[in-house]
Amino acid sequence: MTELPADLAANPVLARWVTVHPDDSIDVRVGKVELGQGILTALSQLAADELGVDLHQVRMVPANTRLGPDEGMTAGSLSIMRSGPAVRAACAQVRARFTAEAARRWGVEGVTVRQGTISAGERTTSYGALADAVDLEVVADPALPLTSGDGPVFTGTDSPRLDLPDKIAGRPRFIHDLRLPGQLFGRVLRPPSPGASLRHLDTSRLADTNVKVVRDGSFIGVVGPDEAEVMRAVEALRGATAWEEHDALPDEDDLPGFLRAGPHETIEVVPGEQPPPAGRSLRATYNRPFIAHASMAPSCGVARWNDDGTLAVWSHSQGIHNLRGAIALLLRMDEDRIEVEHAESAGCYGHNAADDAAFDAVLLARSVPGRPVHVQWSRPDELAWSPFGSAMSVDVAAVVDESGAVRSWEYDVWSQGHTSRPGYGGAPGLLAGAYLDRPWRYPAPVDPPLAGGAGTVRNAVPIYDLPHRRVTGHRLLETSIRSSAVRSLGAFMNVFAIESFMDELALSAGIDPLAYRLMHLTDPRGRKVLETAAKAAGWGTPVAEGAGRGIGFARYKDKGAYCAVVADVEAESEVRVRRLTIAVDVGLVVNPDGVRNQIEGGATQATSWTLKERVRFDRRRITSDTWETYPILRFSEAPETSVELVEGPGVPSVGAGEAAQGPTAAAIANAVAMAVGVRVRDLPLTTDAIVAAIESSDG
Amino acid sequence: MKQAFELTVNGGHVRVETHPDTSLLHVLREELDLKGSRFGCGVGLCGACFVQLDGQVVASCDTPIWSAAGKTVVTVEGLAPGDELHPVQRAFLDEQAAQCGYCISGILVSAATLLARNPAPDEQAVVEALDRNLCRCGVQRRVVRAVLAAAEVTE
Ligand code: FES
Ligand code: FES
Repeated sequence: MTELPADLAANPVLARWVTVHPDDSIDVRVGKVELGQGILTALSQLAADELGVDLHQVRMVPANTRLGPDEGMTAGSLSIMRSGPAVRAACAQVRARFTAEAARRWGVEGVTVRQGTISAGERTTSYGALADAVDLEVVADPALPLTSGDGPVFTGTDSPRLDLPDKIAGRPRFIHDLRLPGQLFGRVLRPPSPGASLRHLDTSRLADTNVKVVRDGSFIGVVGPDEAEVMRAVEALRGATAWEEHDALPDEDDLPGFLRAGPHETIEVVPGEQPPPAGRSLRATYNRPFIAHASMAPSCGVARWNDDGTLAVWSHSQGIHNLRGAIALLLRMDEDRIEVEHAESAGCYGHNAADDAAFDAVLLARSVPGRPVHVQWSRPDELAWSPFGSAMSVDVAAVVDESGAVRSWEYDVWSQGHTSRPGYGGAPGLLAGAYLDRPWRYPAPVDPPLAGGAGTVRNAVPIYDLPHRRVTGHRLLETSIRSSAVRSLGAFMNVFAIESFMDELALSAGIDPLAYRLMHLTDPRGRKVLETAAKAAGWGTPVAEGAGRGIGFARYKDKGAYCAVVADVEAESEVRVRRLTIAVDVGLVVNPDGVRNQIEGGATQATSWTLKERVRFDRRRITSDTWETYPILRFSEAPETSVELVEGPGVPSVGAGEAAQGPTAAAIANAVAMAVGVRVRDLPLTTDAIVAAIESSDG
Repeated sequence: MKQAFELTVNGGHVRVETHPDTSLLHVLREELDLKGSRFGCGVGLCGACFVQLDGQVVASCDTPIWSAAGKTVVTVEGLAPGDELHPVQRAFLDEQAAQCGYCISGILVSAATLLARNPAPDEQAVVEALDRNLCRCGVQRRVVRAVLAAAEVTE
């Protein structure tokens, strides 16, 4: 008896995963959702192989709370690791039931399936032909094997993405394109600043328009049949409201001071074992600002209140079951009366405003029962009201011996929590909930548990063999800025700090930074990844005047993908990242080009965070709410990237989506230090930050 | 307050009745049901809604319908006739030059416009032609490779 994969054990009924149609098409439902990362393509490869069918016979159906399995969030680079084995096992079981039915009919054994044809000797049949006879409303049988045992046909190949033909032809595909019968359009008028409350609202300007104003406490929205008119109405209302606002935001120019002031939860990741030994000691402080998701599409949600009082919701949420629970909590209704279906949006890099927009739609649709309401956010709202990735501040100190080797390591990191997802910490966590007449204020953001990958202290423990370590996190318990999960959570900052400091230690010991890392690293997969990246990048070959080359490395979440990045930069009046040479080990590779695409994209986005990004605010309002005030990397700034896949033979697959974030930042910062001769420890690495670092090193 | 406007869209003559300030993007998506042009920012800063207007790349979100009247519009759906794909679209598929794809329509319009003007661009020319298009997923380098590959095919 084998143990079922966790996600299948939690959703054991096969019909939740697979439906076989008489026309031979096979629907596969998973709880994971397409976020632009290509997960459904990778899972379809696994499904096709286990079913023994062609890829085009499999249709990946959007996740749905009523029909499909609950696999929790699509986050944390866990999808392929968690969903992969469950999909394989579910499909292997479906196949076994179909071959058993064929065997029973024919009175034979040894029925096989190839390219969708079920056969034994001369006899053949198909999935479709047996569909009516095989009952999939049965629970998975742990006695059956977890895989059909046939070799992979699609797994491990560059299967093209299933969703790209629509997207490249410009066909409707996104939630923004969804048009349901009788659909109306809605827009929300957000307050001018977080925590503001509505004092006065004058709707007289809308007298001649075909829109309806919805108000609940300080939540205001407009609904109507013509989207353009609805948008004009919101702008008219903006000038006809009076708000009470407060100076509640921290001082943007002293975020380290704000983060360190407390009160905190102390997270002892590695308790101090002994007092540090005597020796030469070095210390440094690193900082990063708040950053925004800055997705290309504004968040969007659709909702309809049905005549029987049930509620239908369409959302690009990362966790449709959690969203359903949060809506039920806020509206005090039974979860079973709500159905949430996933619909695709633009790239999602963490907990963005998808859930918030869905709840906006729910609130507006309540005023027009039976009619679907489609709500789209504005660009300024998207940049100012989506949760941010927290600012962070790190102190690190080491004692080294005469050879330069580390003898002790002390690390402290201060941060807000990295999740305020719906349902976390017992609160619904939906933006509009805090502005209702009966508000449900959101608590300060929390962190996922250590075993769940942590938040503030994700990747805070170096992979290196360091004696006498102490690693402590300090999570801020009170804040007026809503932060939540942004790609890699605290790992981006922790890896940036650790890998910058490793470089500082190497340079102060007069040792090559690559050799210095290898000197402290026994993990063979890690060594291989580092050496592969270095070799591909021509590590050790000369670097031109005004240019620099740096390396950064980590194993994401301590047990995920290994990733090493070598950055080649030029730093004249501003930093230009010319090339990123990357090596990655994600265990068994399901779709090599998919992994490359994720790593390239992650590294390019991390380059943007590292060089340019910073959420701006005054003491009252978020001010970086346009692409001009929150600039991101452009084509002319995007580095050439190359990715070497280092296969970990026989090791299970782990996700690739977040592995490159921290190593990229560190590699760039280390390359900049080489190019300008000064260490810049505050992100982003703008010209101003470099000038400031040069001035403070002169002084 | 509604007025009638006539224009040519993807080779066909169309007439719409709407408020003169309504954006071309809105007319394309809602009146003409061409959902390929996407809304990203509404103020001309991201490129998701780019279309050709009399052969020039413009932000349709930022183009009021009155100013497009009488002109010729080509959207991503109209880069090639019927259900065919433009060579640059085929190259994007070959290179798998997208992640979420939300930015891709506007990028394809910029790229096709460049190739119409300059069938053999070098990398620098491609990067310049695409510099007003933002992509958050970070597929810029794949896109540049795809456009260069399309140029080789069309030459
Ligand atoms: S939506 Fe038109 S440029 Fe952004
Ligand atoms: S592919 Fe997602 S924004 Fe470009």
